Amino acid sequence: MPDMPTTEPAGPGAPPTAPQPVPPVTREHPRLAVQKTYKLYVGGAFPRSESGRSYAVHAAGGAHLANAAHASRKDVRDAVAAARRACARWSAATAYNRGQVLYRVAEMLEDRREQFAELVAAGEGVAHHAALAAVDAAVDRWVWYAGWADKIAQIAGSSNPVAGPYFNFSLPEPTGVVGVVAPQESSLLGLVSVLAPVLTSGNAAVVVASELRPLPAVALAEVLATSDLPGGVANILTGRTAELAPVLARHRDVDALDLAGASAEIAVELEQAAADNVKRVLRRDPAEHGWDGEPTPRRMLAFVETKTVWHPIGV
Amino acid sequence: MPSSLFTYAPAPESRSVVTLRPRYGLFVDGEFVEPRDGSTFTTVSPSSEEVLAEVAAAGPGDVDRAVAAAARAQRDTWGPMPGKERAKYLFRIARLMQERSRELAVLESMDNGKPIREARDVDVPLAAAHFFYYAGWADKLAYAGLGPSPRPIGVAGQIVPWNFPLLMAAWKLAPALAAGNTCVLKPAETTPLSALLLAEIVQQAGLPPGVVNVVTGAGDTGAALVAHPGVDKVAFTGSTEVGKAIQRTLAGSHKRLTLELGGKAANVVFDDAPLSQAVEGIVNGIFFNQGHVCCAGSRLLVQESIADAVVEALKARLETLRLGDPLDKNTDIGAINSPGQLAKIEELAGSGEADGATRWSPRCALPERGYWFPPTIFTGVAPAFRIAREEIFGPVLSVLTFRTPDEAVAKANNTTYGLSAGVWTEKGSRILWMAQHLRAGVVWANTFNRFDPTSPFGGYRESGFGREGGRHGLEAYLDA
Repeated sequence: MPDMPTTEPAGPGAPPTAPQPVPPVTREHPRLAVQKTYKLYVGGAFPRSESGRSYAVHAAGGAHLANAAHASRKDVRDAVAAARRACARWSAATAYNRGQVLYRVAEMLEDRREQFAELVAAGEGVAHHAALAAVDAAVDRWVWYAGWADKIAQIAGSSNPVAGPYFNFSLPEPTGVVGVVAPQESSLLGLVSVLAPVLTSGNAAVVVASELRPLPAVALAEVLATSDLPGGVANILTGRTAELAPVLARHRDVDALDLAGASAEIAVELEQAAADNVKRVLRRDPAEHGWDGEPTPRRMLAFVETKTVWHPIGV
Repeated sequence: MPSSLFTYAPAPESRSVVTLRPRYGLFVDGEFVEPRDGSTFTTVSPSSEEVLAEVAAAGPGDVDRAVAAAARAQRDTWGPMPGKERAKYLFRIARLMQERSRELAVLESMDNGKPIREARDVDVPLAAAHFFYYAGWADKLAYAGLGPSPRPIGVAGQIVPWNFPLLMAAWKLAPALAAGNTCVLKPAETTPLSALLLAEIVQQAGLPPGVVNVVTGAGDTGAALVAHPGVDKVAFTGSTEVGKAIQRTLAGSHKRLTLELGGKAANVVFDDAPLSQAVEGIVNGIFFNQGHVCCAGSRLLVQESIADAVVEALKARLETLRLGDPLDKNTDIGAINSPGQLAKIEELAGSGEADGATRWSPRCALPERGYWFPPTIFTGVAPAFRIAREEIFGPVLSVLTFRTPDEAVAKANNTTYGLSAGVWTEKGSRILWMAQHLRAGVVWANTFNRFDPTSPFGGYRESGFGREGGRHGLEAYLDA
């Protein structure tokens, strides 16, 4: 529906009154908007950085948009601890339940379309309609992944016809705590494209948001917080990627790493650090240009472990 | 003592089926060749310390030659070949392995020290079965569920350990070749012979030159292979320490990696378990292949109420195990593969005593020559002891106890590894609950150490990533 014109002729049912003058008090004191403090999302709560730091976030055109929390090493460690605590419950939830919760996330996203479009447009410097298209794609992608929650085991699992009297089956299980370096350019669609698959397959995530365009990530955290996603399943940090990502890569209680938003320079260092506890590493795919293409199950399958169970058959 | 009542007559398998060459070259581009910039080393029988043969140690130039041959073959012959033709080559290899099974088994037992009974009944038949299984995939890759048009990755550099030399070579080669890749295989330096015999089988099967190459040597040969820019995919089975080093080396490269590393598996026995079956499973879990098994059930977690009965039954069973000549068909426990491994086992067993655990071994005489370690049980083991945390890779069992299923799971998962686990109970719902909660890639319930080409195998956590076996095993070798 198009925006309502500001001055509209009075309809037939409207009382025949002359235009009211604006009360003088409003002209002298225009209402001041309440600005949001952009905070971290850790363990289901919205703390500031323990370091007390923030950094300025600018629009593509250079205007100041907000100050975002500048997370520290300690914040990363807190987020990993929260993710580890949340992991057990989320991975033990039924796949049906996970699908329901994730679908709820899409509902909340849809509700805030305009807000996200403004944030994306400002941060990425794209026209409003392009930003809105990206938001719509992000919502649709979230729905796509939500629907996978109770299907991934059926495409990734198997019954194995071993040569003996044994029942043998394989099924995918979540890897655990996944560190995600979110894409730097695509601040919402890119973020959704990497976060949703990690959650769908039952993992908990610690996300380092786009460094220069972090605001949609913080808004997404607010969506997650109101979607019945248990606190700690997704944790979102804003700050300097080069400072935060190595902490995640080195952390012994992080099981896997998604390097989607890591530059080529830091990716090598991150991958080396990841070897300390044999993290599963999803490299940035050089063939991947943008996030507009159709998703595949690849990102979900990168963060599952195949478990095979044997049992004898007999009377 | 049973052995004083009944004695076994020696039942040695004949060595005559094996023709050892005094000297083995590298297998590159379809030919056995002398190393260009490498040297030689000897491989010995661990049960007698007899030198079996002199083997080439490939230098960087030799590795380069092998990778170049593999790349040519991948580009010109093996890659473009229709899957149904590749399949028939792999079926040929499987059949030739079956035809020459006794020879392979005896050679494996001689070079590795494992009992002929195991080489004959497990290693060789499973290795042949792997080729047979993956042969059938070669022309069905589009149906593997990995994507509509999967493509080979290129040249696979594959490094295998000494505990199952032929079987691990088969686990690596068969899926790689089925998927259209070509291979450079590096067997372990203490057990190179069965891979070289497999190379001969590859020749007999008529595979195009360069499709399979075997470069023998030690760690530096492996390192040269891993670092070679012409290698597109690295598959490694071995220690966690080396696996981490390989992962670091490949950081930032285009190379794909799968790792099958160490383990410290818990074998959990509940009070309702069928006792005699559980005891057999515990013995098989830790003493199979002298405990040189990455998925060995090296931590026995037994419910407190039956701990004494289980340990007593276990000790009685161990008294009947026969340790000695690996080629004797009655032998249960063979030789430790190398002096280095023996020293490691002795050091860790020593730490168990120093930490305060109680050490027990059956009365058994160790042969005078060769490398031997008796089956050993430690009781009174606390989770903090090194023998409860570190992979010993030898015939040493650490016994711990638990009271509740939750405690069993917590203790079982209290490790950085996650390769395998065992559960023994008669209660079905508890088996499935345990299987769900154990963080391990393979869970054996009321059985242990079972393997099959159709069954995916591989670890969680620091036991590595990627799966070998089954449909899942193809993923490591395809770009989908």
